[in-house]
Amino acid sequence: MTDITNPGLAPLARKRFGLLQYLVCLKGILVREGLRYLNQRERFISSLVRPLLWLFIFAAGFRQVLGVSIIPPYQTYVLYEVYITPGLCGMILLFSGMQSSLSMVYDREMGNMRTLLVSPFPRWFLLVSKLLAGVAVSIIQVYAFLFIAWFWGVKAPVSGYLLILPALFLSGMMLGALGMLLSSMIKQLENFAGIMNFVIFPMYFASSALYPLWRVQEASPLLHKICLLNPFTYAVELVRFAFYGQIEWTSLAVVCAFTFVFIAGAIIAYDPSRGLVIKKQEGGNN
Amino acid sequence: MRRHLCLLAATVALPLLAQPAWANMVYVSNEKDNTVTVVDSATMEVVKTIDVGQRPRGITISHDGKLLYVCASDDDTVEIIDTSTNEIVGSLPSGPDPELFVLSPDGKTLYVANEDDNLVTAIDVAGKNVIAEIPVGVEPEGMGISPDGKTMVNTSETTNMAHFIDTSTHEITDNVLVDSRPRFAQFKPDGSEVWVSAEIGGTVSVIDNKKREVTHKITFEIQGLRSEQIQPVGVRITADGKKAYVALGPANRVAVVNAETYEVEKYILVGQRVWQLAFTPDGKTIISTNGLSNDITFIDTATDEPVKSVTVGQLPWGVTVAPN
Repeated sequence: MTDITNPGLAPLARKRFGLLQYLVCLKGILVREGLRYLNQRERFISSLVRPLLWLFIFAAGFRQVLGVSIIPPYQTYVLYEVYITPGLCGMILLFSGMQSSLSMVYDREMGNMRTLLVSPFPRWFLLVSKLLAGVAVSIIQVYAFLFIAWFWGVKAPVSGYLLILPALFLSGMMLGALGMLLSSMIKQLENFAGIMNFVIFPMYFASSALYPLWRVQEASPLLHKICLLNPFTYAVELVRFAFYGQIEWTSLAVVCAFTFVFIAGAIIAYDPSRGLVIKKQEGGNN
Repeated sequence: MRRHLCLLAATVALPLLAQPAWANMVYVSNEKDNTVTVVDSATMEVVKTIDVGQRPRGITISHDGKLLYVCASDDDTVEIIDTSTNEIVGSLPSGPDPELFVLSPDGKTLYVANEDDNLVTAIDVAGKNVIAEIPVGVEPEGMGISPDGKTMVNTSETTNMAHFIDTSTHEITDNVLVDSRPRFAQFKPDGSEVWVSAEIGGTVSVIDNKKREVTHKITFEIQGLRSEQIQPVGVRITADGKKAYVALGPANRVAVVNAETYEVEKYILVGQRVWQLAFTPDGKTIISTNGLSNDITFIDTATDEPVKSVTVGQLPWGVTVAPN
């Protein structure tokens, strides 16, 4: 943290920052996020337990109900465990994105946020660095999950594990940026439960993570439309196709667009001159 | 340097040479819509659909790959299709309701199971005439022939027996009791054993060809499936005799069995009501017909993973692959 809050660098010096300084700043934020993650072993375990419970218990129960159907990118019949895996990767990214939003609220309450935001680096850079740090951590979680799933017999083509990396990164950025945007709107740490109920669960359930969309459409056309409006659906599909070396262009476009919108939104929200944060501060809360 | 270049060229060229797209045609009989679907084994795409007689089930190809034989069960005939033109060029007098058959290793005789008449009919393929009619048990179905062509095995669904028939005398020499509703008989490539699947019994009986008695019984168990859903039908054994594949009907899976230890090693998920199986000539792929989901699944035999499912006609029943 000392790297990015060096009081010796006055705002006037901003123009003179080279790439190296930016990288030092990025490294600082990444290392802090990484250390924080490593120090919270429970967080690592809980981030793994959640999807594994779904895989071991939920998917096992639905194995016969939803066993067979061929939809792209699958070329043949797959077990429900295989179908649900990209959705569970998305779930890790979603929870992790929201968790980093929690950490933003925590930072704000503890005063660390102020330290970060008074850094002479541009605000957008600080926020994007924070986002990158969060995404890096969540991608590690996803791979740890996939490693365990491999031994459970959930296997994709080996190349798929590499090809999902960009998809995970993009999806992670989108969900992290959404979390960041939301964090600017939460007044206190306790409100995170609200995020769980009003954002995480609806996003997760009203998507293609658990059931193929054609099946959702059979059950309820309205729910199908909601699923199609849910950016999380596209994040999951992007990862699902990437597993089999394919690019789902619609998903890619949607995820890119939402990533851009959410990041822009977060940058505006955290801009002291016009953002939502300042408004809250005026209201006497922070 | 030149040597290196040569080596490099060889490394690049060899795999290309080694994998000339050996496109073998796969022929699938579709019981419900009276057609045979032709699928290219390399591209795994449907090439053509041939109209045939009513209720096509058993299907096999001559050893030179020129003629295809299809049991048109409800037309009481075996139809002959020229594989170069994909047209019906003749028929064989199979007797009533032919269901499954087997071609002798010399390619001269076709042994047909007549389900309704409790007979096995031996047909001279060249002369298109019946050589012999062998009375067997009730509802004969499964047909297997030893690699030397001397012994033929027929299974009768209701009698629950495997009948060993001497092909020179056309007489039953031994009867071996197996489990309920035996569907299919398959000899090991070395002729030492016959594997007989029992649909209702849910087992595969391994019969020693010398002793003519059941030496092993293979059972199947799939997590989350009721045992009555596991109904073994088609059986195929690899050319080296080390591995067997068993189609498990409504269990929607093909079992991979170690043919030396008789242990089930794996269950491969395929389409619904998997019925018959066929290897490609190189043995690298096995194809299953999935009756209720109207498709066939290509399985890689090296990894035992399903590769692709291809939609064919309605109620695909039998499958055979051209040898060339």
